[in-house]
Amino acid sequence: MSRRRSLTLAVGLTLVLIPAVAVIVSFFWLPFSPDDTSGGRLAPPGDGHLLGTDKLGRDLFTQLLLGGRIAFATGLGAVGVGGVLGVSLGLLAGFATRWLDDAAAVALDILIAFPTLLLAMLIVAGAGASLGTAILAIGFGLAAVVARLTRVLVKQVLSREYITAARVAGISWPRIVATHVLPNIGPVVLVNLALQTGLAVLAEASLSYLGLGTPPPNASWGRMLFEAQATVLTAPRAAIAPGVALIALVIGVNLTADGLRDLADPTRRRSR
Amino acid sequence: MSLLTVDGLSVRDQAGTSLVDDVSFTVEPGDRTGLIGESGSGKSLTALAVTGLLPAGLTASGEIRLGGVDMIRASERRRTAVRGRVASVVFQEPLTALDPLMPAGRQIAGPLHRFQGLRGDALRNAVRAALDEVRLTDTDRIARAYPHQLSGGQRQRVAIAMALACRPELLIADEPTTALDVTVQAEILDLLDRLVATHGTALLFITHDLPVVANVARQAYVLRAGRVVESGPTLDIIERPTDPYTRTLVESARRFDAALGRDRD
Amino acid sequence: MLRYLLRRTAILLVSLVLAAVVLFLLLRLLPGDPVNALLPVGATPEQIEAARRELGTDVSLPIQFLNWLRDAGTLDLGRSLISTLPVGPEIVARLPVTIPLTLSAFVLAVLVAVPVGVLAAVRADRWYGLILNAVAQLGIAVPAFWLGLLLITVFALRLQVLPAGGFPPDGWSEPGAAIAALVLPVGTVALVMSASLIRYVRAATLEVLGADYLRTARALGESPASALRRHGLRNASVPVIAVLAVELATTFLGAVVVESVFALPGLGSLLVTGIRQHDYPVIQGVMLVSTAAVLLVGFLGDIVQRLIDPRLLQRGAS
Repeated sequence: MSRRRSLTLAVGLTLVLIPAVAVIVSFFWLPFSPDDTSGGRLAPPGDGHLLGTDKLGRDLFTQLLLGGRIAFATGLGAVGVGGVLGVSLGLLAGFATRWLDDAAAVALDILIAFPTLLLAMLIVAGAGASLGTAILAIGFGLAAVVARLTRVLVKQVLSREYITAARVAGISWPRIVATHVLPNIGPVVLVNLALQTGLAVLAEASLSYLGLGTPPPNASWGRMLFEAQATVLTAPRAAIAPGVALIALVIGVNLTADGLRDLADPTRRRSR
Repeated sequence: MSLLTVDGLSVRDQAGTSLVDDVSFTVEPGDRTGLIGESGSGKSLTALAVTGLLPAGLTASGEIRLGGVDMIRASERRRTAVRGRVASVVFQEPLTALDPLMPAGRQIAGPLHRFQGLRGDALRNAVRAALDEVRLTDTDRIARAYPHQLSGGQRQRVAIAMALACRPELLIADEPTTALDVTVQAEILDLLDRLVATHGTALLFITHDLPVVANVARQAYVLRAGRVVESGPTLDIIERPTDPYTRTLVESARRFDAALGRDRD
Repeated sequence: MLRYLLRRTAILLVSLVLAAVVLFLLLRLLPGDPVNALLPVGATPEQIEAARRELGTDVSLPIQFLNWLRDAGTLDLGRSLISTLPVGPEIVARLPVTIPLTLSAFVLAVLVAVPVGVLAAVRADRWYGLILNAVAQLGIAVPAFWLGLLLITVFALRLQVLPAGGFPPDGWSEPGAAIAALVLPVGTVALVMSASLIRYVRAATLEVLGADYLRTARALGESPASALRRHGLRNASVPVIAVLAVELATTFLGAVVVESVFALPGLGSLLVTGIRQHDYPVIQGVMLVSTAAVLLVGFLGDIVQRLIDPRLLQRGAS
């Protein structure tokens, strides 16, 4: 792998792993208790508060770590849901023939016409705002995109000659799927899922910003940004910190995905 | 002055591997020269180097003078000025060599406009004439057709028409028939042969197919693993090959012909 | 082409109906009886029954759907549960904000992304090509609301040259104020959109730069720039147009978040309010309108793609 690509992967992984480690540590130790409002409102850094305090007097850094938990939970959870659901649907659609296939194509296109965020909003609207709902909702939204990609890939693989050869040799469909289809579509789908992780994290932040995500007192970076809006001039820290955290994590995820993509398919003519 | 002088051409990739090694040959105006070799012999790379179109990552050293311009060291502007006017190319795979989203007529019109300054009605007539010349007689339909609507042989004729529309002094044909059906190959070769004779164009014909070269080129260079292993008049090479590799090439060709029950000289 | 048009129009109509079904089901199947939003606790059965009749939930589900479809067909999108105002006119009242916002942002994003993307591809080996790529990489990670907040802070609060939010109550009758109110929101949406567009344009251009037909053009004496212009752009535009159709669709209601940041009375904020209040006639109405717009844009995108690339007409499915 060329030097530039390994650099991409390295930077990406760093940007993801540092917060990941911080979040894991947060389950065992937090600088302050999340409910501790003793720090004085919007205080500058000092007195053990790395980044100061928010408008309720809570340690900003602690809130950031808690928000990180939610970001990772949503990213991984939504992509897990979307991946499993999307690949299953895509596999079914890929095997469908003629008019059933046309119907599947139309159905998927309609689902994609609902932007992920909106689909998520609708589901959250009905089912109530909670972390679980948000993960499921975003996951459903992602599933449509993954399903469409899977369907196209499955069709491509099925048209290859080694599938015909396997059928002629009498191998059952389930075995063909396991030994030929899945390994071939696997790399591309996984890279796509990796890219979707960033979108999932951003979607959760948007949901929380609009008040439709994880409800307070659970801090999500999106929610933190919303609460910091009113005081953005006097205490910009409270608005900058969650924003930077979000951006850094998403860049990290995207760079990692790009690096993985080059690993998965070294024959890509398109460099960089 | 020679039309094309290649002197000590070497092409290396980024890892330093030598893909073309110290190749030298000349092409005079009106010459018919063949470059013979199997895949990996470096023959196509030589053609690309001659026109200054080596893919990124490969570097050429040595000297190449085409129409008086140093094609390795000259600026892009000077090299662009040489292409088409002095030498044009017909590539191996006509489906990808033609713009898939442009009708054939417009693709031929491009060089006609650029090199002969034609426009309007004169241009349209010239396109028709060009199509006629390559024996695509249903000129109106073909001019309007997209490449994917034409057969392989028809596409290659369009490519030849485009290359000749530049009125080049040298036509480089890089395996022009390899991607075509066998029945069509002979027609295309015949076409090339005639056109080149009619226009007095020099021809650099690149192929892996020995019998083909025998009919088209008067002198030939045999390449193997990037080096020239034999050169001279084509008939001499075929009848009295001195290099062992050339000998095996000739032997295989003879065996093939014998199997077909045909006599060949 | 005509055959494709007919087929694609049929698909569009079917999609519209199907989308309506999906919307309808999504909302009806959600927990919670909408009647509860209307009546206080402890209402009598007669009152509940009357409310149900009022809402139309006293008949079976399929009949509810047909009723709704018929109403929607006559552009009667029901009444808001909260304000009891008709939904249709409410949506129309919001369009003068959302449509200029979406279209301007889209046009701006395209005007920025195409030259930058092409440059990033053509000069991918130079340092500034890498920088452009990195900037686009950064751009897609930035949440729209954070960027909006940043712009408000700089331009509205610090420099005080533009309003921090809101839209003039008289709308476009004060064109200067209306435009001023839209500058930052349009900028926010355009910047976020162009970041992802740049990556697509760059990828499409890189693909084209390596193509054989470009090599043929160069071999026949065309300069790199001329070859790219004459052959490359048309070929690269097909995948880009496909992306543009999707992006426009996403912008239309992705502006939802931006409208919230800038307190703009557009379609997006109507939707958010409707969701918060479980006002499902409003939710349904807005989603139906926006989904129809999305499907229509997709339809137009498909047609344009096939005008440019006739090969697409040959393969079977859309």
